[in-house]
Amino acid sequence: MNRRGVCSALGLNLLVWGLAGVAVLPLAWMVGMAFGGGPDGAWSLENFKILLKDEPMGRWLVNSLFVSCSYAFLVVMLSAMGGYALAKYQFFGKGLAQVVLVGALLLPPQVLLPGSYELMDRIRWIDSYAALIVPGGVSVFGMLLFRQAMIAVPDDLLSAGRMDGCGEFRLWWGVAMPMVGPMVGAFTLMSFISAWNAYLWPQIILQDHGKFTLPIGLANLSGLPGYQANQGLLMAATLLSVLPAAALFLILQRDFVAGLSSGAVKG
Amino acid sequence: MSGSGGWTWRHRAAPYLFLAPSAALFATFLAYPLVRSAVLSFYKSAGPDHEVFVGMANYAFLLRDRYFWWAVANTLLFTVGFVALELPLALGLALLLNHRRVGLKKFFRLAFFSTYLVGQVFVAVIFALLLGGRQGLVNRLLMDGGVIGEPVGFLTDPRWSMVSMWIAALWLMSGYGMIYLLAALQGVDQRLYEAAAVDGASGWGRLVHVTLPGIRHVLWFLVLVGAIGGLQLFELPYVLFGGSGPNSAGLTVVMYLFITGFEVGDLGYASAIGWALVAMIGVLAALYLRSTGLLREERR
Repeated sequence: MNRRGVCSALGLNLLVWGLAGVAVLPLAWMVGMAFGGGPDGAWSLENFKILLKDEPMGRWLVNSLFVSCSYAFLVVMLSAMGGYALAKYQFFGKGLAQVVLVGALLLPPQVLLPGSYELMDRIRWIDSYAALIVPGGVSVFGMLLFRQAMIAVPDDLLSAGRMDGCGEFRLWWGVAMPMVGPMVGAFTLMSFISAWNAYLWPQIILQDHGKFTLPIGLANLSGLPGYQANQGLLMAATLLSVLPAAALFLILQRDFVAGLSSGAVKG
Repeated sequence: MSGSGGWTWRHRAAPYLFLAPSAALFATFLAYPLVRSAVLSFYKSAGPDHEVFVGMANYAFLLRDRYFWWAVANTLLFTVGFVALELPLALGLALLLNHRRVGLKKFFRLAFFSTYLVGQVFVAVIFALLLGGRQGLVNRLLMDGGVIGEPVGFLTDPRWSMVSMWIAALWLMSGYGMIYLLAALQGVDQRLYEAAAVDGASGWGRLVHVTLPGIRHVLWFLVLVGAIGGLQLFELPYVLFGGSGPNSAGLTVVMYLFITGFEVGDLGYASAIGWALVAMIGVLAALYLRSTGLLREERR
């Protein structure tokens, strides 16, 4: 390698380190602030203790976990079943269903808000978790994603299963689902994170302070004058809010990145 | 053959059973509210129980509502700037990580992508403190470095509001674009690079004539995703500024819909704003289909 090559390689690596520093700096600063506040600038858990004692932070955490897990489970199951039906069966109405799905994909969900709110009011789902979990259970994007993935499941395998007397439901669960494992992982994570980070709809639906999910609770805290003054508390709350999603991502990251990019490269 | 007749029946019914729960939810929670939003847009309402039919009045008012057009202008400016900044940044990151002399690729890929997992609300809370006031880290660094004498009002000066929104949005989204572009770069045919090298193409020439055409589908995809996301912007400015920002410099279309429908309580006018958003995204999608269609003709 000539000298110019060595220099440019060094420069590129320094550039990457610098950019990564800029990307990570806000997060590092958040962590620093969250653990700060001890006497003489020492690290301390004081902020976390105050949060868990004085604010329903622990409850919001549990609420968020419950809502996000339930939502992810529901939407993955329904999307995988729907996608399987679209990928592996010929039936009357299939063409229409696919046209409706692709059309709905472009619809901005915010246009539904007035109608949905009115419906929630009629069926008395205001301030309930059902309103956060059930209406979003049908994901157009998820069904199309699973349809795309399940086309690759060999028809011969399914026919052989039928010959052996395997029911249709068991073919889906026992044969097709294991074959699209990475997609299940990726979509579970995507759904969990979208529910975990959701703000607009929960903000409209939730009223009782104790029922808040983390984004609603945190947005509320950040508006309180006391919290503007005590930034360490706010950053501790943000850290607690970001951590569970980040942990799940680290566990499922290989599936997630593969799932994210497979759609684009094919399309 | 009686056995196989049984499985044919089950085989025929199965797709309907698989789709039934989704279809039921789709009809109840998507199609019905959509129709109701269309109907509501012809009513003036104060909460869900007081509705008065007003015909086209909501749409007529929309056309001369200064706040609405202000929100549209803000949203379009944000979207155009965001896409124009995000693509080069994401492509730069992807090219860097795709370079054969850059080490620790997996680690950096994770580091750049990690910001995408932080929800918009959490990003807004973090950046509100980073950018806010004299205490904010950014102002402190700039002042210590002697770049500025007085703190910049990132969150209080309307001239800086859009810049603050772009900074936070770019921090959130660049890693996402990078993941797609990295996958696309790895799919570009290596022989094309060899051929370009034989022709004596420079680094820039290889980028313009081999790399960009090779990844154009993913670039277009990111333009579409970025534009649709930009037009739906809400949480980030709403939490960052604690509302619509100084002089409403952070007001977006979805924020206006939210404020109208759920703070003022006029679900009818909010519906009309929602349909205006549908129209904006419809125009965008039509443009997108046309331009990608043109690309296809070029290839022939």
